[in-house]
Amino acid sequence: MSTETENGRTAGAGAGSGSAAGAEAGTTRIHNIGYRNYEGSRLGRAYARRSLYSQSLRGAYGLGRSAKSKVLPMILFAVMCLPAAIIVAVAIATNLKTLPLDYTRYAIFTQAVIGLYLASQAPQSVSRDLRFKTVPLYFSRPIERVDYVLAKYGAMASALFVLTGAPLVILYAGSLLAKMDFADQTKGFGQGLVSVALLSLLFGGLGLVLAALTPRRGFGVAAVIATLTISYGAVSTLQAIAWSSDAIGAVKWLGLFSPVTLIDGVQTAFLGATSAFPGEAGPSAGVGVVYLLVVLALVLGSYAVLMRRYRKVGL
Amino acid sequence: MIATEGLSKRFPRVTALDRLSLDIGPGVTGLVGANGAGKSTMIKILLGLSPATEGRATVLGLDVATSGSAIRERVGYMPEHDCLPPDVSATEFVVHMARMSGLPPTAARERTADTLRHVGLYEERYRPIGGYSTGMKQRVKLAQALVHDPQLVLLDEPTNGLDPVGRDEMLGLIRRVHTDFGISVLVTSHLLGELERTCDHVVVIDGGTLLRSSSTSDFTQITTTLAVEVTDTDAHPDGTRALREALTTAGLTLHAGTEEGLPGAGHILLIEAKGEETYDVVRDTVAELGLGLVRMEQRRHHIAEVFRPQQNTDAPADHATDHTLVKGGAHDEH
Repeated sequence: MSTETENGRTAGAGAGSGSAAGAEAGTTRIHNIGYRNYEGSRLGRAYARRSLYSQSLRGAYGLGRSAKSKVLPMILFAVMCLPAAIIVAVAIATNLKTLPLDYTRYAIFTQAVIGLYLASQAPQSVSRDLRFKTVPLYFSRPIERVDYVLAKYGAMASALFVLTGAPLVILYAGSLLAKMDFADQTKGFGQGLVSVALLSLLFGGLGLVLAALTPRRGFGVAAVIATLTISYGAVSTLQAIAWSSDAIGAVKWLGLFSPVTLIDGVQTAFLGATSAFPGEAGPSAGVGVVYLLVVLALVLGSYAVLMRRYRKVGL
Repeated sequence: MIATEGLSKRFPRVTALDRLSLDIGPGVTGLVGANGAGKSTMIKILLGLSPATEGRATVLGLDVATSGSAIRERVGYMPEHDCLPPDVSATEFVVHMARMSGLPPTAARERTADTLRHVGLYEERYRPIGGYSTGMKQRVKLAQALVHDPQLVLLDEPTNGLDPVGRDEMLGLIRRVHTDFGISVLVTSHLLGELERTCDHVVVIDGGTLLRSSSTSDFTQITTTLAVEVTDTDAHPDGTRALREALTTAGLTLHAGTEEGLPGAGHILLIEAKGEETYDVVRDTVAELGLGLVRMEQRRHHIAEVFRPQQNTDAPADHATDHTLVKGGAHDEH
């Protein structure tokens, strides 16, 4: 098997000087072997979908792409992990009994970084295929539309999960090193992971839908950033107004209108988090069900919109 | 390889294919038609990506309506438009497309190296595609269609945008795909003349209906014509005329000078070749007269001539004389 690769490579390197290359190689003789048919296995549709998934996931961190495209995702990943490392260092040095920041709170604090990452990588994942018309090529392969959408969505959500889950792992490892209460920390870590998993699905879906609207990367980036910041800015402003004008009941309902506050609401109601809403007036379990339903509806809606989006793109 | 039966595709406003029945065997087949004749629609249906309005089609014996995925695993497709991301190398891109066709990682890498070499990409395959020339990009597009060793490739206008040299190279490559690789080819073009050298079989469609389907030899070898040019000598100051008279005496049919306008037309004799013996007669006659034989070559009719309304009385009579095709063919005559 390795000899065959060697053949291809050497013949490629020196088109006209195949014999010279063969002499240098000594042990391996280079023959012009002509065309060889492929008799090996063909792994079909599910394998092709997995290949697209792993290629997209690696691509979301610039792996397998140019050095330039690794810069931004790697910087954002480092920025995401740095606060966790600092917290852990401080906690160990000062012998804290609990972490100064909840696991569930971490993603809320770093939402700007997550937003930037999504804005830069979602268009990279889908706009490129649209812009350079690679999509029809994919559909000339065994995969179907549903495979393409699932692979891209799965890869984006996984990339976000890696981004948001890594600092939680650092916090958890640090808390164990600092000999904090094991059961307590494990429970918090678990709740944190569930929360960021939900966040990854929600953000990934919204990001891809916005990015897939246009083949222009720049528009995609702008659309994602605008959607996340404007919705959050508007919601938190209105919540603050409602809070200061004593309309406390409105605070928890307003939270339904931006992705970050949605996640905040769900984890306040079900994952033991302390809400970041004004006055910590997060939703109770009853209203929390509404939050959860809205999140699920958005995730499924994103999937449906993506499926619809690619209906017309085949060839 | 491909069979269609009463295949129709209707869009709300246009009928792209109209009850098209075809049977395409192994080899290189040209699918010719003007822009909008239904070539791309046909390819979409054959890949199982677009359902036919009525009728049925099979590719490699598989029904396009039910076995699209299985067909696409065994068929390669080279689109007409650009489809290459500029920021990855040809190797990376083709490896990825090989895996998308179901090849395991190691096999994908090996086949990519092989295939890129076969289409003529060497050192440059490690550089980003963005810096490639049009000819190189076309080769990458062809490579991704061949990398999974399909039984059939569908090439949509592969010579688009290439200069004459690149065009010839691409056509030679397409020929090799069948002769050396053993892969059958369906190649579309709106240029009739291009397919003459490349294809074994040509299918002409227009307005979604079948205009003609026959082998290239039927098109071009209805009559084989021999073109002969000789020198003048002292004994025969006009060698051409002397030869003409001698050949007529020998019982061969000579055409009137139909090569008007071409340089040296007056000195070329066009002789109807009835078989092998015609060559011998010409050779012997030239030798007897003591003339220098400048050339003796087979003149093939161009496919385009077959569709041209014939004024020449010596040409066979059954011709499709569709106007758009006549124009398309004439353009290609350079």
